[in-house]
Amino acid sequence: MPLLNLSSPHAHSSNSTASVMLSVALATLPAALVLSYFFGWGTLINVVLSISFCLSLECFALYLRKRPILFYLKDNSALVTAVLIALSVPPYAPWWLLAIGCLFAIVIAKHLYGGLGYNPFNPAMVAYVVLIISFPLPMSQWPVAQSLQDANAQLPNFLDSLSLVFASRENIDAYTAATPLDVFKQNSSAMVEELYKNSATFSQAKFAGVAWEWVNLAFLAGGLFLLYKKVFTWHAPLSMLAALALMSALFYDGGSSSSGGSPLFHCFSGASMFGAFFIITDPVSSATSRRGKIIFGASIGLLVFVIRLWGNYPDALAFSVLLLNFAAPFIDYYTQPRAYGHSKKPPINSENTK
Amino acid sequence: MRKIWDIPGGIHPPENKRQSNATPIASVPLPEELILPLTQHIGTPALSLVAVGDHVLKGQKIAEAGGALSAALHAPSSGVVKAIEDRPSNHPSGLDAASIVIQCDGDDKWTQLTGCDNYLSLDPSELLNKIHQAGIAGLGGAGFPTAVKLQARQKIHTLIINGTECEPYITADDTLMRQHAPDIIRGSQLLAYILGATQIVIGIEDNKPEAIDTIRQAAQSAHSAIDVVDFPTKYPSGGEKQLIQILTGKEVASGNLPADMGIVVQNVGTAFAAYRAARFGEPLIQRVTTVVGESLSRQGNVQALIGTPIKHLLQAHGYQPSNNSRIIMGGPMMGFTLKCIEAPLIKTSNCVLAPSHSEMPPPSPASPCIRCGLCAEACPASLLPQQLFWYAQAENYPALTQHNLFDCIECGACSYVCPSNLPLVQYYRAAKGDIKRQQQEKEKSDLSRQRFEFRKQRLAKAEAEKEAKRLARKKAAEQAKLKLANTGDPSAENNAASNSAEATLKTHSSNEKDSRMRNLASAQQRLQNAQNKLRTAESHDETETRLSALAAAVKQAEQKLREAQAKVDASEQASDNEQQNAQQTPQQSPQQSQQQSQQRTVDSLKKRLKAAEQKLAEARTNNEASINALQLGTEKLSAKLKDAESELNHIVASAKLNEEQTLEAAPQKNAAELAIEKAQAKTGNLSAMSRGEKALAQIAALESRLQKARIKLDKAQHEQSDHVDALRNGVEKLEQKLKQAREQGS
Repeated sequence: MPLLNLSSPHAHSSNSTASVMLSVALATLPAALVLSYFFGWGTLINVVLSISFCLSLECFALYLRKRPILFYLKDNSALVTAVLIALSVPPYAPWWLLAIGCLFAIVIAKHLYGGLGYNPFNPAMVAYVVLIISFPLPMSQWPVAQSLQDANAQLPNFLDSLSLVFASRENIDAYTAATPLDVFKQNSSAMVEELYKNSATFSQAKFAGVAWEWVNLAFLAGGLFLLYKKVFTWHAPLSMLAALALMSALFYDGGSSSSGGSPLFHCFSGASMFGAFFIITDPVSSATSRRGKIIFGASIGLLVFVIRLWGNYPDALAFSVLLLNFAAPFIDYYTQPRAYGHSKKPPINSENTK
Repeated sequence: MRKIWDIPGGIHPPENKRQSNATPIASVPLPEELILPLTQHIGTPALSLVAVGDHVLKGQKIAEAGGALSAALHAPSSGVVKAIEDRPSNHPSGLDAASIVIQCDGDDKWTQLTGCDNYLSLDPSELLNKIHQAGIAGLGGAGFPTAVKLQARQKIHTLIINGTECEPYITADDTLMRQHAPDIIRGSQLLAYILGATQIVIGIEDNKPEAIDTIRQAAQSAHSAIDVVDFPTKYPSGGEKQLIQILTGKEVASGNLPADMGIVVQNVGTAFAAYRAARFGEPLIQRVTTVVGESLSRQGNVQALIGTPIKHLLQAHGYQPSNNSRIIMGGPMMGFTLKCIEAPLIKTSNCVLAPSHSEMPPPSPASPCIRCGLCAEACPASLLPQQLFWYAQAENYPALTQHNLFDCIECGACSYVCPSNLPLVQYYRAAKGDIKRQQQEKEKSDLSRQRFEFRKQRLAKAEAEKEAKRLARKKAAEQAKLKLANTGDPSAENNAASNSAEATLKTHSSNEKDSRMRNLASAQQRLQNAQNKLRTAESHDETETRLSALAAAVKQAEQKLREAQAKVDASEQASDNEQQNAQQTPQQSPQQSQQQSQQRTVDSLKKRLKAAEQKLAEARTNNEASINALQLGTEKLSAKLKDAESELNHIVASAKLNEEQTLEAAPQKNAAELAIEKAQAKTGNLSAMSRGEKALAQIAALESRLQKARIKLDKAQHEQSDHVDALRNGVEKLEQKLKQAREQGS
């Protein structure tokens, strides 16, 4: 047998795309469990539906693109997209909502751009934006948290849940309630202190908002696990949370009726932790260098706060992420790290303009 | 304790050092033959000093350094030079390389070595020469001729001895340090002495505690101020630039050498070899090599002769080819694979790695880059490997250069951590090669462009000089003509100022013969001019129409010349032209005025030409830039072309006039004049003819000329005249012209 002629290095770490993706998918487990605890079967149905949609669409797209299906399916990237979509869509969302979301994420945002590694936008966030613009109603119908339930508002049982997802949605209003961000957004006159006393969402919460504080903590736990596993670096998540906290501190306004809410409230509400650790750390569509990641993360944190406070939507992660996805190549271009033996940053344009 | 710094990035691959560092350095049985490639170092190949059949002794120099950046070669054992031929090389290219092959005689008999007990009392230059003569080249892997590195022009203050050995598997330096610590210390002192360095630092990774201890002890017992520094194990700490950063906190500026900051780094093996060379006069004929890998039944370090076939080395260690698919020279991170195991061990071979299938399975297929950035985290040079990969795929060389591709040390850390299994280093190597090749090509094309421009300039200058001479001649002739005309009769004014085309009209002047002779001369001149113009136009790639017009002009001028000749002849025969002259004079008057106006245009053109000429001369005297000269050249050309055009028009006009005149004056003309007029008419017709007709006429004219010339030639040959050669040339030329004309005509 002739000897192999290979280029160095001959050693390779055991790391693989599949294992990285699997870690990300697994790291969402705590949050999925917490969501299920507070909102019932809806989350799990979302996850199952989304995974089946995404994987079949992935197979279909790979088939159309004449790519080896199993080889690419095994990289688990579609799995991660599926889980992220499932967790960002409200539980008990109709099945077609998820189907449309998955279609946009996998076929349009991913494969039409060239598949894994070539998508300029985060597929899950593309799906979310398409859904919230096209179907604002089902996308904002978050169920009432279990701890807030009274006689009038009960979480549906498993069969009811299935019927909500696949059949009639007439009863959905019975199960929905405003999220903490909604409550804050709709507040027009009350001081923050009053609001916290009067609204059950806050009065029954430990530190941020009922249910959502725990969901965010679970995402934080999963994120820390990934950080420990060195799936990503601290730069983007920390800078996003720092920017969000800084902005909310600046606009807290002493807790007046026009206050934007406390830093703690903002960091542990809505999609803050989910975004910080699972969305903006998507390597494909974000900035690459350390400085670039800091700028990327901080800009997203800033935009999230701006849209939450002054925009039309209660939460703003998806829009902010997509906007910064646009800017990522630009950020990369200007944040090239100083290489060994170079006194300054490389001169931008020195070679390109030739 | 010396402060140590950290390097960015880096990885911690499995060290795999236990397999080979547990046993002392062993020896290998003498192979049957030793293969010594003439290039085992960076630089020019060594020059063989032996011939096939020569008997050589161990340590005898068999090839000397082939240049400033080269190293000598010595026979590693005694024997006979079996061949000097191309053999499989120990090189990433896998190409065969010129090698001296020695058939060992088994005696292993040493040549006479000249040692020196007190080598530190010698002059550094003498020691340098000893190291140079010993053929020592960096034993760490790069193979840079050591003597060259020690001759740094810069002031060196620090000598760093590299005992890092950060590559997995390799323990050659480790065991050498354990077993020969005192000699390494002596070698380090020797190198520092040669360099004039005041500080010696030996850097060793902390995964070699035994080596650190023995080296520290040796340094202490040598009572030297050598700083033995251990630092955390991390790949690639042993890279020259990285080690400097770890030990000094400074970075070698991109494009600079460590010597530029007063630092020289040498491998421990090199220090050891330098000591042996200075103390015992021992050339570099052997080295410690790690022979390792699970396809071997015995793994460890050996003292191996340079030139030992890898096959021999492997077989001595129980090599199982069935359990091995690649042989790596060097470590798993930066080593290269051998294409065949007949290749020899060379000076830079610090490790032969023969892994089993399970130890190093074939690489899994690469999947798309997900830009995870792990590579950027691992890069010791703070590059962005994922961006480099992107640009390398797109072959965007400017962006690659801008992203500092050339600061990549090809350590392989990025590829090692890549979850997509991308062969990143391979992309970078290929891109580097492409960029270098592109630069070379650019340099080459720049050079040839310069050459071409210089040639163009030179030709333009020569052309301008020729033109100046020609114009000067023309002017002189013109002035002479004018002078003559002024002293002659009134009608000569017109004559002197006119073109040859009008020659026939002046047959009746009082000093007829003189004027005819002048006409003949001027017709000759015109023919020459027209030919010149045609030639320049041809060499300047003018349009076809212009070329044919000029060719027609030449033809016409030729015709005129012949007519003028005929006229001169005729004037000798004719005696009764006076009356006709009187008759013709009034007829001439309208033509005269026309001719005069045309003459004015020609004159003005000439003036312009003269002005251009002057400008050119000025430019030349002022040594102005070539562009000016070229511009002037073009101006001149255009002026010339205009001149030709006007001339052509002129000729046509006059020919037509002549035609009319011929009709009017026909009855009064004598036979000779009739012939002349006929020729004139032919000329007029010629200009009126279509291109094809012209070509045909041309061919016919050429044929007749050729015939005449042939007759002349025959005659000359018959008479054995001196002009035979010239005539033959003429005939040949005519033949050529005819051929061309035929080609054009068809």
